[in-house]
Amino acid sequence: MRTVLWSVMDPDIALVGRLAADLDRAFPALVDAHADRLYSIALRCLGLTGDAEEVAQDALVRSYRALATYDPDRILSLRLRPWLATITINLARNRRRRLADRRPASPLEPLLTGGFDVRAPDSAGPIALAERHESRQELIQALSQLPLTMREAIVLRHVDGLSVADTAAALGRPEGTIKAQVHRGLGQLRRALTAEAPTGASAQPHTSEMTA
Amino acid sequence: MKSAPTTSPATRRPRSRRSTQPLALEGRLADLGATAPGGLRASVLARVGLADTWAELPSPLGTVGIAWNGRGVSWIGRVDDQEAFEEHFRSTIGRPLSRVAEVPEPLARAVARRLGGDRRARVSLDLRGHTPFEVAVWTKALEIPRGEVRPYGWVAAEIGRPRAMRAVGTALSRNPVPLVVPCHRVVRSDGSIGQYSLGGPEAKHAVLASEGLDMAQLEADTRAGQRYLGSATTRVVCLPSCHHAQRITARHRRPFATLGAAISAGFRACRDCRPGSGVILAA
Repeated sequence: MRTVLWSVMDPDIALVGRLAADLDRAFPALVDAHADRLYSIALRCLGLTGDAEEVAQDALVRSYRALATYDPDRILSLRLRPWLATITINLARNRRRRLADRRPASPLEPLLTGGFDVRAPDSAGPIALAERHESRQELIQALSQLPLTMREAIVLRHVDGLSVADTAAALGRPEGTIKAQVHRGLGQLRRALTAEAPTGASAQPHTSEMTA
Repeated sequence: MKSAPTTSPATRRPRSRRSTQPLALEGRLADLGATAPGGLRASVLARVGLADTWAELPSPLGTVGIAWNGRGVSWIGRVDDQEAFEEHFRSTIGRPLSRVAEVPEPLARAVARRLGGDRRARVSLDLRGHTPFEVAVWTKALEIPRGEVRPYGWVAAEIGRPRAMRAVGTALSRNPVPLVVPCHRVVRSDGSIGQYSLGGPEAKHAVLASEGLDMAQLEADTRAGQRYLGSATTRVVCLPSCHHAQRITARHRRPFATLGAAISAGFRACRDCRPGSGVILAA
């Protein structure tokens, strides 16, 4: 029911129509509609802000180059959300592999890969913000500890908000596998969060160190 | 943006900005979305060639503006008036254009080497949106070596449109990347210099002079009826600015008013400057 409603309201359907008709004219709208989510997927899979920006940028450039070679029918049949997610996930994996090969271990490394978020926090009330920021950091930290396949499933399903079917399509895994990975991933996250911060607000050693 | 904390994971991005209560885990994950850095859009559009950036660059004609995108250099123009430069670009090319501090080092170096006559320096050009005829004319102009000139009719004949001399002139005047595509090396068949988009005949003179060509001498020779130059030793006849012609010693120079006269005298046309191109109508 919900998915039916979704497809009716899905702005991507109008967008693929415009892309098929005139790629160059419509592509900026694709960037506007998807840049934030692709950046978020890359950021939460990688945990390094700079790399996420490059991955999101490369993913969008690749999507343009691919679309430029597709005939209109193929563009019309595309489901942009999972399709773009696949490109981003693949680039993030390559990036992670290259970083693992090249980057020398540094004392900051565990904190950075631990998902410390160096972006400026959103504007909001200072106290609510501080608490929210802290619990956000805990979650980011816990997420970064998940095994990669599980993390990818969680990021697409719950950070990006794809359906189980779209997450399965984007990752090229059966739906049952996605359901199991998401279920186990949520369980691990819950355990990690309750183990580390029973009240949900107490400061974590490394987080306070980094924010100080 | 304010919404109640929700437990439904399928609802898109429930966001709670104010709640101090811990949200359900799914809701908190949905809140991990981030905003892409501001420059990302512009970088993507520039890389795929849907937007251009420009900066100033030194040239034989002083400072010029050069615009480029991920596909190549798209525009070169005068920058006495920067707004006019941008306006001219947008009205002709129709893409967004933004100014940056300087030309990236690899591009600046490649263009400098090109303008200095190094034909191995690769400078990608983005000539989308122009007609195949225009691109054919500009591609032909790229073949003319530094310090040499060819008549409009020569270009027309070489691209297989011998009667399209006037259209060749129009295409050259629309050259979006002057200096890199050396439209200044195409002159009138009477030896006079013709028009130039990047600042008129004086500027054209100046660029050719910077390439070591004595345009005044060339014009005087042409007016005196010396449109072709043969070598008494090789029996080859050239256009006067051809590098082979320039190496003929004074003693062996044989000027001709027409190619027909040279051929009758037993000379053959140079295979590099191909003086025969474009003489069908002139002869």
